[in-house]
Amino acid sequence: MAKMTYREAVRDAMREAMRADPLVFLMGEDVGKYGGAFAVSHGLLEEFGPQRIRDTPLSESTFVGAGIGAALGGMRPIVEIMTINFSLLALDQIVNNAATLRHMSGGQLGVPLVIRMATGGGRQLAAQHSHSLEGWYAHIPGIKVATPATVADARGLLLAALQEPDPVILFEHATLYSQEGESEDETPMQFGRAALRRPGKDVSLITYGGALGKTMNAATQLAEQGVEAEVIDLRSLRPLDTETIFASLAHTHRAVIIEEAWKSGGFAAEVSARIMEGAFDALDAPVARVCGAEVPMPYAQPLERAALPQPEDIVKAVQELI
Amino acid sequence: MSIHRTAAKSSNEREHALSLLRQMLLIRRFEEKAAELYSAGKIRGFLHLYIGEEAVAVGAMQALTPEDAVVATYREHGQALARGLPAGKIMAEMYGKANGCSRGRGGSMHLFDAGRRFFGGYAIVAGGLPVAVGLALADKMLERQAVTACFFGDGAVAEGEFHESLNLAALWRLPVLFLCENNLYAMGTALERSESQTDIHLKAQNYNIAAEAVDGMDVLAVEAATQRAVAQVRRGDGPYFLELRTYRYRAHSMSDPELYRSKEEVAQWRGRDPIALFDACLRGRDMLDDAAMKAIETDVANDVDWAVAEAEKGAWEPVADLERDVYAGAAAA
Repeated sequence: MAKMTYREAVRDAMREAMRADPLVFLMGEDVGKYGGAFAVSHGLLEEFGPQRIRDTPLSESTFVGAGIGAALGGMRPIVEIMTINFSLLALDQIVNNAATLRHMSGGQLGVPLVIRMATGGGRQLAAQHSHSLEGWYAHIPGIKVATPATVADARGLLLAALQEPDPVILFEHATLYSQEGESEDETPMQFGRAALRRPGKDVSLITYGGALGKTMNAATQLAEQGVEAEVIDLRSLRPLDTETIFASLAHTHRAVIIEEAWKSGGFAAEVSARIMEGAFDALDAPVARVCGAEVPMPYAQPLERAALPQPEDIVKAVQELI
Repeated sequence: MSIHRTAAKSSNEREHALSLLRQMLLIRRFEEKAAELYSAGKIRGFLHLYIGEEAVAVGAMQALTPEDAVVATYREHGQALARGLPAGKIMAEMYGKANGCSRGRGGSMHLFDAGRRFFGGYAIVAGGLPVAVGLALADKMLERQAVTACFFGDGAVAEGEFHESLNLAALWRLPVLFLCENNLYAMGTALERSESQTDIHLKAQNYNIAAEAVDGMDVLAVEAATQRAVAQVRRGDGPYFLELRTYRYRAHSMSDPELYRSKEEVAQWRGRDPIALFDACLRGRDMLDDAAMKAIETDVANDVDWAVAEAEKGAWEPVADLERDVYAGAAAA
């Protein structure tokens, strides 16, 4: 057990992977000399050199595509995209190539590529740096999507992703980078499993990524009111661990899904539908959702705060359900 | 058109020349048959024919070794055949059969053969270029001497990925051979209607990439230029760019009424048919006569018949296997 920040945990995992496997390398914008836009790769250039810590031009589509090609060619690339909004420039390569090549080639090709990117709001970066589009990516068969919400998962999920034979996208919530915690958890971590973050009997709060902290905060407040909320951190959006969700509902009979993304067509809708399909009989109340407001992310602090799910919103949603 | 080392007409040289002719003819007859089978409803989806451009794939492929990689487009029957994919596996793929080279998952636009390092047909214009850059990056990092040959059309030049990929390959001195098949039309849009600079190789030069334009209707010119280019790339001198000037005789795909070009223009280019040109060249050098040509035609016709028979006798992939090969292991959902 070592205490470190989320940022250090991601860095440690990359360092460990690169020391263990000469095929692993990192590329992306400003990952080398600058040390990473969020300082995640700080110091790695000095240890591994410019062949393995590659600064790329500002060309998301091409450096992600080059990651796909390098993976096809036998390397084990990690590609960092600075933020999720920039990843839209690489959607062609992710959706049309990374996700399709194994199937389209009749199983001949595999793309063992890990893409990491920062996601989410809360830093007053307005409408082109703050969105939560991970649900879009989870829509796509052929890729896997994980959302580390803790320091231990930041390390564990990255190491697990590097064992996957298929493309994995890791969404690192930008407000978590400086969060401290214990780095060791289950090793090696199994990909695609949700985590029970707090046991409870009255309601299941289902969340992931940057919303986990607010959900835990809400659960603490609810406990003071005599409501025991169970908190499930999905950790992986694709594959989705419905088993853990259904097991929780079997004893809580109520669910609230919390995510930063917009409600319309969001991932919470998917979780809700899975519950209807697989655990309808367990429900004593309709599934509720607490999601981001339906606006492009505003800059002003009070507006941004209002646009994101807050602990009081979660508490209110639970109170209305019980 | 000139045979390199013109003085010597060794039997090896004649053999090689006839092999080029045979490969071009195979592509043409294979595609003529494919067009017929499309009309008969045996092949569905999109079918983009390469007829007229055969000298490009055949000439360029001569410079590559089995260790080299090939990345192509949705108009890739010619590259696949020239790379040595069995005609039967390609035709079966176009039928959608399980014995096709992509198990019926790809069709005409997505031919793959990992063993022959044929990394597929990419149907998003310019989408294959970044992948080719990455394949070359892997070769460079693993210190392999391989070259990645990346075919694309003049339409790709307008896409951002073209410029990003040329820049990255040049910046990192990666072993990529960029092969631009300039057939003058991006689907129905003529080059001069979409590009401010129509000498495409000049764009590559601006990225500090050695680049030249080549007569893409002359198989020997393509072969010679590609040999030169590959030698330079293999030496570690970074990427090389060839603009191969060619022409597509048939419609963009089978559903194209060709409203955007004149019959006269097509006829003019047919006057420079790569197969007819090479046929005449070889006859002029006493390397080909009617009997030899007939033998090649018969041989090619047998190959095409065999390909159709393979496709006809192939089985459909069971629908129960619909979700296989989405992930390496069990499906994630």
